[in-house]
Amino acid sequence: MTGYTRKPCEENMRKISYAQAINEAFHQVMANDDRVFQIGVGINTPWYVGNTMKGLLDSFGETRMIDTPVSENGITGISVGSALTGMRPILTFPRMDFMYYAMDQICNHAAILNYTFGGNVSIPLTIRAIINRGGEQAAQHSQALQALFMHVPGLKIVMPSNAFDAKGLLIEAVEDDNPVLYIEDRWLYDEEMEVPEEDYRVPIGQAKLVREGTDITIVSYSYMMVECQKAIVELTKQGINPELIDLRSIKPMDITTIIHSLKKTGRLLIVDGGWKTGGVAAEIAALVADEGFALLKTPVKRLTLPDLPAPSSKTLEKIYYPTHVEIIKGCQDIIHDKQNVH
Amino acid sequence: MTAPKHMDSALLTDILRRMLTIRIFEEKTAELAESKEIKCPVHLYVGQEGIAAGVCAHLDSNDFVFSTHRSHGHYIAKGGDLNALMAEIFGKETGCSRGHGGSMHVLDTRVGFMGSSPIVAGSIPLGVGGALTNKFLGDKNVSVAFFGDGATDEGVFYESVNFATLYKLPMLFVCENNLFSTHMPDFKRQSNTEVYQRIANFNINTKRVDGNNPVEIYQEAKTMIDRAKEGKGPSLLECMTYRWLAHVGPDHDLDIGYRLKKDVDHWKSRCPIKHVRDLLFRMNELSEDQFVRMQRDIVAKVEKTVAFARTSPYPKETDIYDGLYKETV
Ligand SMILES: Cc1ncc(C[n+]2csc(CCOP(=O)(O)OP(=O)(O)O)c2C)c(N)n1
Repeated sequence: MTGYTRKPCEENMRKISYAQAINEAFHQVMANDDRVFQIGVGINTPWYVGNTMKGLLDSFGETRMIDTPVSENGITGISVGSALTGMRPILTFPRMDFMYYAMDQICNHAAILNYTFGGNVSIPLTIRAIINRGGEQAAQHSQALQALFMHVPGLKIVMPSNAFDAKGLLIEAVEDDNPVLYIEDRWLYDEEMEVPEEDYRVPIGQAKLVREGTDITIVSYSYMMVECQKAIVELTKQGINPELIDLRSIKPMDITTIIHSLKKTGRLLIVDGGWKTGGVAAEIAALVADEGFALLKTPVKRLTLPDLPAPSSKTLEKIYYPTHVEIIKGCQDIIHDKQNVH
Repeated sequence: MTAPKHMDSALLTDILRRMLTIRIFEEKTAELAESKEIKCPVHLYVGQEGIAAGVCAHLDSNDFVFSTHRSHGHYIAKGGDLNALMAEIFGKETGCSRGHGGSMHVLDTRVGFMGSSPIVAGSIPLGVGGALTNKFLGDKNVSVAFFGDGATDEGVFYESVNFATLYKLPMLFVCENNLFSTHMPDFKRQSNTEVYQRIANFNINTKRVDGNNPVEIYQEAKTMIDRAKEGKGPSLLECMTYRWLAHVGPDHDLDIGYRLKKDVDHWKSRCPIKHVRDLLFRMNELSEDQFVRMQRDIVAKVEKTVAFARTSPYPKETDIYDGLYKETV
């Protein structure tokens, strides 16, 4: 297994869920370092955060587990200030949608302060955001805003797609001396995987080659990896052999791993759970155009959400969120180069 | 017994009918959420009906109302179309937001119900924007923002109150203080839990009333709305109340540990509907029979909304982009 930093460990593996992996990481980082505390609206109730916070209040008490007033802008600034002065807060947004109130403190303060002060401070802040889509909840309870934050210099952004990375990246994020945005997807919470019991780190900024193939490179991250895996089962039956890359980090972006794969396949489908315009997929496409244009046998294709707020009605939701079906079709189209007959 | 000041039996009956419509609509919605026919999350208004009804009884369709995630009561009290509300909760094309918004994003501009936002405090400044419009138009109409005590945790609430007061806007802030923001009681969120006091230093006219007493709400809202229309600026009405059901969905939230059954029972014994009904009984302006008939009529009307929602079509997949931009005229 690749992707450990500091301490390799292969023993004590057991199958746990994505949500349990996050919970375990929290217990470990809080036990390891007294400066770590947690803050956010609803962090002490399973309503908002599933079982990711199980046992933390009992183990660490209300002083280190601060369930706050509904004051996102204020508590974000307070977390930034606390990080600036020596603590290591973990700030949770139970839905990414509620982060808009905190944009100023995240983008105008947390992200830029170290640079603005000439590199003389550090903001060791983990901002944990949960995507919670679907369920007819509509536009203000389902957003995936990674691309918005990707635009802002000074933030690191990670988006684990499985329990192993969820734990390793979370510990890495908390130990990083920069503001790191750690984004989860509720649709992944029950996904199980073998995860080491002890603490370990997954480095920020390294993608992972999940499956080797020859015909096409699929790049994805977070929940859409699950749909990609489903699609690949079907594609291999059809004689298509895709290579699959899990980005894991949105920023910094590991373009090297993608280029390396394109040398082999020459074809690229990017599967992105965010909006299309100015999105993560658009950034990858641009990077590939910059650094790997000559490797491409066919045009790059993006599979994303449509440029629309999430609709409530189930019939619209169904076509709003792409699934493995569209991934299969996307791969077929590229391989048969249907969209572009030269 | 005579009617309370500024009120008569017709007005009391009107308030009673508004409350009862909300109650019966919400109970039906709860039933359909329980049976999973409704899948859209619903934040039900049961127990708080007196506030929407008591305030909206003053308003006509040129007065604006803005609401929150707990939107149905305000929509109904303002006279919004019932079929379109139920259809929206069902996610149907005939819904008030054409199935795009669901329970938390409803509006009926025909009656001046200018929409709801489930971002806590999100619609408070929108309400002040409505008051600014009405100021331009000469203070003839008011704008009302309904919101919970949780919304007063947000900074934008204070910015909105300050602006409205500074510019003497015809604005009514209605804080429905049901003591909780989801699982969090007021004292765990607020250094001073008396919203009306906390806000008084903005030089806004404020008052705290019993939110389960529709008569008191109506009377105080009258003073405040009259003031606003005289160009004397905004007011904040804090209504002390309680939500009977879960924060979201049809249950009672008794299994989570943040509230006790005896508290729920206590508040249920202080039902705003019973309050007005019994007053009309004592005034000899309503008989048991008439009340039962009123109930029956409303039940029939609500059943019709369900039939309407059920038989309405879902939005067409090909229409998914409709409404993203307005055609400029
Ligand atoms: C900005 C934002 N933060 C958090 C939430 C989650 N949330 C939804 S309703 C709610 C409670 C609001 O309480 P209150 O305003 O008192 O209204 P009530 O639910 O009691 O009617 C919270 C915190 C949200 N919708 N928006």
